[in-house]
Amino acid sequence: MMILKESIVMKIHYGTALGAVFLTVIHILMRMTQDFHESLEYENVIANYEMIGYAIMLELLLILISVHGFNGLRVILIEMKQGPTYEKVVTYGCIASMAILIAYGSRTILMTSMGMI
Amino acid sequence: MAQVNQEISIEKSQTVLSSSKSVTLRISRSNPEVGAEEKFDEFVVPYEKYSTVLDAILSVKSHLDHSVSVRYSCRQASCGSCGMKINGKPKLACFTKIVELDSDVITIEPMDNFPVVRDLVVNFTRMFNNHKKVMPYVVSNDSEITPGTNVKEMLQTPEDVEKYIQFSSCIKCGLCNSACPTMAMDTSFVGPQALAQAYRYIADTRDHGKKNRLKIIDESHGIWRCHFAGSCSQVCPKGVDPAMGIQLLRSYLLGLRD
Repeated sequence: MMILKESIVMKIHYGTALGAVFLTVIHILMRMTQDFHESLEYENVIANYEMIGYAIMLELLLILISVHGFNGLRVILIEMKQGPTYEKVVTYGCIASMAILIAYGSRTILMTSMGMI
Repeated sequence: MAQVNQEISIEKSQTVLSSSKSVTLRISRSNPEVGAEEKFDEFVVPYEKYSTVLDAILSVKSHLDHSVSVRYSCRQASCGSCGMKINGKPKLACFTKIVELDSDVITIEPMDNFPVVRDLVVNFTRMFNNHKKVMPYVVSNDSEITPGTNVKEMLQTPEDVEKYIQFSSCIKCGLCNSACPTMAMDTSFVGPQALAQAYRYIADTRDHGKKNRLKIIDESHGIWRCHFAGSCSQVCPKGVDPAMGIQLLRSYLLGLRD
């Protein structure tokens, strides 16, 4: 089942891993700008979403982790069982699940950053 | 448990068994063609300090049970026929001395990740098909002898040869494929043997088949399914390092090498 060449998929896989690690480090460092427990209080979390730069970073993190995670799941599943129909279902299933997760996560980020929550 | 009579066997073997040391062989017996379940038969055989596991199996065949099935040929680790699992590890029977194993009981099974034909004999069809798939030959339109010119050889420097020479030692014994954890799960995986051979020819300066070979291995059950366990390199009896070859191939596909 080839939508993209496997080497391109794996370049994306490695790239998203590096990007996700980088953004997660920033995300953790942001917790250190104030007391950790304080940073997790409702008002402070909402305030983070309302910072446009931070909201973009969270959106990017969501995309990177979703792409990396669902490709990893696809790889595990096609190694466990083989067959053209099964592999097609796994590939398209992972793409669809990834798109749904990104859409739902984006909705949360957008609504929160626009003050709708 | 069968024991060897310390005399010449009935079928007039040339070997007179005289050793005082003996070892118990637990040989896996199965015949999937008739649906026979795998079982282990035990045989006590004498051995000398230079005896190999293959010698012991052949002793069983000569003196105790002619029906034990084993594939072998050269007896000097050149033909790659006698790969099997010896005390849990894939090894060549002809290249494994009994004394090295330091055990009174030797368990011998067919290699993992291959369909069993009978007893210790496995089917190599999948490995040979994957080997053929990666075009294991030099692809070149140039003739070594070009009429009307002085060009008679495709010269290589020692450095050029160094890039691929260790991979030329592959004897297609299948031990690397047997040890590979991905081969155990993914029945379509091309395998370390074929990937190492793909690298062997891609790294050869005389070859022009790199683009096609990279295309062949760059698919969903190709090179990217290797998890770099490294067990292929550990079990190779010829010192080939397929795991390294696979990483070098990946560097071509990631654009880190030309």
